[in-house]
Amino acid sequence: MNLKRTLTATAALAAALQMVSAADIVGKITLKGTPPPEKDIQLDANCGKLHPDGNPKTKFFVTDGKGGLGDVFVYIKDGLTGKTFEVPAEAKVLDQKGCEYSPYVSGVQTKQKLAVHTSDPVLHNVHPTPAVAGNKESNMAQLPKSKDLEYSFENQEILLRFKCDVHPWMFAYVGVVSSPYYSVSEKDGTFKIANVPAGSYTVEAFHRKGGKVTQQVKVESGNATADFTIELKEEAK
Amino acid sequence: MDRPTTPIWIHRLAVATVLAVLALIGIGGLVTSKGAGMAVPDWPTTYGYNMFLFPISKWQGGIFYEHSHRLVASAVGLLTVILAVAIWMGDSRRWLRWFGIAAVLLVVTQGLLGGLRVTLYKDQIGIVHAALAQLFLCCVATIALVTSPWWHHYRFTPAQSRAAATLRPWFIFTTVAVFFQLLLGATMRHEHAGLAVPDFPLAYGRVWPATDKVALDKINESRIDQRDFKPITATHIYVHMAHRLGAIMVLALVASSWWMTRRNSDAPRFGRVWSNVWMGGVILQAVLGAATIWSNKAADIATLHVILGACLLGLGAAQCLALSRLASMFDHTVKSDDSRKVLKSSIESRVAAA
Repeated sequence: MNLKRTLTATAALAAALQMVSAADIVGKITLKGTPPPEKDIQLDANCGKLHPDGNPKTKFFVTDGKGGLGDVFVYIKDGLTGKTFEVPAEAKVLDQKGCEYSPYVSGVQTKQKLAVHTSDPVLHNVHPTPAVAGNKESNMAQLPKSKDLEYSFENQEILLRFKCDVHPWMFAYVGVVSSPYYSVSEKDGTFKIANVPAGSYTVEAFHRKGGKVTQQVKVESGNATADFTIELKEEAK
Repeated sequence: MDRPTTPIWIHRLAVATVLAVLALIGIGGLVTSKGAGMAVPDWPTTYGYNMFLFPISKWQGGIFYEHSHRLVASAVGLLTVILAVAIWMGDSRRWLRWFGIAAVLLVVTQGLLGGLRVTLYKDQIGIVHAALAQLFLCCVATIALVTSPWWHHYRFTPAQSRAAATLRPWFIFTTVAVFFQLLLGATMRHEHAGLAVPDFPLAYGRVWPATDKVALDKINESRIDQRDFKPITATHIYVHMAHRLGAIMVLALVASSWWMTRRNSDAPRFGRVWSNVWMGGVILQAVLGAATIWSNKAADIATLHVILGACLLGLGAAQCLALSRLASMFDHTVKSDDSRKVLKSSIESRVAAA
């Protein structure tokens, strides 16, 4: 009995110590260059009714107009070798609203459940199109008010595309990573990867159009900062 | 020569099947142009319904194109079966009866390929499906041609037969080139990467586009399209450029065939008329190809390009068939002459020996 108490206390202490020595990686993604203008999405009649204020635009470059770049997937690419992570019990949710996926870019841990929900009064099909072997492609119908469709992916994939073939403008991109250390930048470019244990890491920022940039980040006590700049090529300006 | 043994209604049924196949190719082209190939995730059912009982109210977005394609395909399948049975009962030509059965097998294979494309998620199956559609069109066009009264009653002179024998290899070569050009087009369309080269007549402002990593990054970065196509790769650009070069080659080959037919005073009249249509069609096809690029691959223009491509292949196949028929009489005469010569020299040598 005493042994059991001792072991429990030791485990709790170890966990607490890890929390104490853990810190956040924070930073900002800056876009250098002027992105090409977004275009109006041409919706069909049924989806058009869900947007009485006008058609939405494409979301290739989500910016705050001050240099910040949103929808960039940031994750620890290297430095976690040999470590295993518990799969979160709660599912991540990907919604279909107004014939658009929301969020447009998100993340999920390998083997974690991803629940695809529909808030729309129209029929969709949910079609993940993985490019990494071991992640399964499927294509399922989802009627209005029907149950969420659940997915999980075995292997890391940056980024895994979901699409709806009924509405060929509907896409979502999900970063599937083996650890819980990932984030998606806000519109102003800021991001936070929370509770990262002390250590040295390679952090990668990946944008669908702008490509990827990496940098070494050392996490000690206190937050570590990692700012990234994604530079557009000449002809895209 | 064939005797007139085919009832006219069989020929009309064959022509109706050809038109239905062209419509099917058109709707299939729209499915690809609209990116709707996977809009119905199940097969052979449609969203769990029997295909023929799927409510019209649910034919939304991409479902409309994919489901229509399936229904028209079913109609084509039925027409092909009826046609095969009709030929078996109403035409005395043994080879044609089996050809009708082959058409049924082809259309069934085509249907299965369409279904497997949906259930196995393979773009490559889509390319084979598109190529087989063209061959199937040639198959039913052949049936329509050989069951026509024209086929049975056409009269020709030995000189026309000789001219056909001269023209035949050229037309066969050109028709095969048209088929390979259609294969390139199908490969391009089923990559689902949009326009790999968005300008014409130049390519990214150059005669030959750059395909290094920096160039590809620039290209992909600046592509803003709601269809969010897959990133362009060097292979996509090569296939696109091969299709352009193929177009030049086909244009040159069809023009040569047309010119040779015009120049040959013994060429049969049908050959002259058909090659005129072929020539005009291939010029129109080139314009449609350019318009497909200038319109950023607008679905209607791209689909017209696909349909006209199929028509050009079908016409090429019909010309090859008709010329071969005429030429076979010439071949037969030559063979007879050769046999006579061999026999004569054999007799002469025996006489000399005696």
